[in-house]
Amino acid sequence: MNREGERLINGIVKENPTFVLMLGMCPTLAVTTSAMNGLGMGLTTMVVLALSNAIISLLRNIIPDRVRIPAFIVIIASFVTIMQFLLEGFIPSLYSSLGLYIPLIVVNCIILGRAESYASKNPVLPSLFDGIGMGLGFSVALTMIGAVRELIGAGTLFNFRIMPESYIPCAIFVMAPGAFFVLAFLTALQNKIKIAGAKKGKDTSKIGSGCSEDCMNCSDKGCAHRVIDTDSKPGETLAQGAERREQETEEKIEKEDN
Amino acid sequence: MSDLMKVSSNPHIRSKLTTNTIMAAVIIALLPATGFGIYNFGIPALILILVTVASTVLTEFLYEKLMKKPVTIGDFSAVVTGLLLALNLPSGAPWWIGVIGGVFAILIVKMLFGGLGQNFMNPALGARCFLMLSFTSIMTNFDCDAYTGATPLALVKAGEPVDIFNMVIGKTAGTIGETSMIAIVIGACFLILLGIIDLRIPGSYILTFVIFICIFGGHGIDPAYISAQLAGGGLMLGAFFMATDYVTRPITKNGQILFGIFLGIMTGIFRLFGPGAEGVSYSIILGNLLVPLMEKITLPKPFGKGGEKR
Repeated sequence: MNREGERLINGIVKENPTFVLMLGMCPTLAVTTSAMNGLGMGLTTMVVLALSNAIISLLRNIIPDRVRIPAFIVIIASFVTIMQFLLEGFIPSLYSSLGLYIPLIVVNCIILGRAESYASKNPVLPSLFDGIGMGLGFSVALTMIGAVRELIGAGTLFNFRIMPESYIPCAIFVMAPGAFFVLAFLTALQNKIKIAGAKKGKDTSKIGSGCSEDCMNCSDKGCAHRVIDTDSKPGETLAQGAERREQETEEKIEKEDN
Repeated sequence: MSDLMKVSSNPHIRSKLTTNTIMAAVIIALLPATGFGIYNFGIPALILILVTVASTVLTEFLYEKLMKKPVTIGDFSAVVTGLLLALNLPSGAPWWIGVIGGVFAILIVKMLFGGLGQNFMNPALGARCFLMLSFTSIMTNFDCDAYTGATPLALVKAGEPVDIFNMVIGKTAGTIGETSMIAIVIGACFLILLGIIDLRIPGSYILTFVIFICIFGGHGIDPAYISAQLAGGGLMLGAFFMATDYVTRPITKNGQILFGIFLGIMTGIFRLFGPGAEGVSYSIILGNLLVPLMEKITLPKPFGKGGEKR
């Protein structure tokens, strides 16, 4: 797979900003009262993210290292302002329902995070696709959370009535606690699916200990001081191995004595 | 090692009290209030209680089967949760309210946090507040065959006269188990005599609440007003049966008194200054969340520690 495609998949599945990285929780919890709001917020963020990633990547050799954060913020804020005017002009209903959360995209940590960790170090095209991928992952997550909350909390989906008329909506789901319930359940669900997929064809006995057998990219330095018993027999613990060697030495000494 | 010296690990002093006996005693103590609720509100109350208890027990059983964990429905704690939740529902609520509440109480509040002993919040009250926020109109509609109109507590808040004798007996509108002060106090006396609960939490709770409404209630020390506030709403049920829940109360003795004082102040604030007439469940839940902090500041000093520094 080429690098751009890999970036797209990475943003949507592997490093989904909401379900895996747990970034941008403020808009995730606040605006997902309906599927439409979630989708609108996600797509708005995606446009800002992709464009700011591209511009920051273009300017990455010009921006001095010391002032990079203010420079990133200026670029991001410019795009947010443009998006805000566009939304106000063309989709006023979405503009009014998202309200304050549109200007707050400036401080969304996904955008600054991607600028800092990816766009400022990589060429333009991968950065652009990284932004699109992350933005799509954010949109998918927000739309899913919004859809579940709207369905249970109001009985509708994208403003179409799904539940029968007799359904009494469970109003807590469109309130703040509902956002936490749904986010937690969807995160647990995608973890369950991902872990099941990751276990296939792999030595699952080591996953429980947090070891992915990928020592190159492993951040766990706890491994370094672990004793590795090179002389062990299969299926033997460290203590058993030590005991066996001790016995063998004793036998040897006895033999020599005789 | 000689035969005379038997070495074993602690605990060395064993109590005959087990989770089973405690829970069974709580169920017996709740029977007067349950019985009066059924007598007062009729068959719909009985059906709602049965459905709620069945849903809590079944949820616990199914979750533990699905997760391949040991099944713990035999300790009756799910029955207590279901019964307490049902006593907190209005008798006119449809059966599915009991089912949703029961599933939420056991699955979300109790099991997802690790089961009995691990939950940070009283499951029955968590579910009640969930239902309260979700289905406000159903949960605050106390109309039934026997009574219509507002609960006595709402009347008190509106400044209208109430019949205190009926409130103490329990012949008023309200949730199934909260109306009868006498039935609840009989059950509570049973628990206190058995030594399962003590008066630290209920006593400090009710005392603080009385002092609070005397100061801020606007009626001064008016016995009629105070007894109406005490007999109305879920104060008695909450103070004796919910706040004393072993899992979600502080362990330290001073912490329990602090817990009661906090609940009394919060209930007073909710009842006097809040938009609704009732606030017992919200204050107990808030208190539950602060329990770790209360335990931390009331940690007893080990014997011999903390003496005069030389």
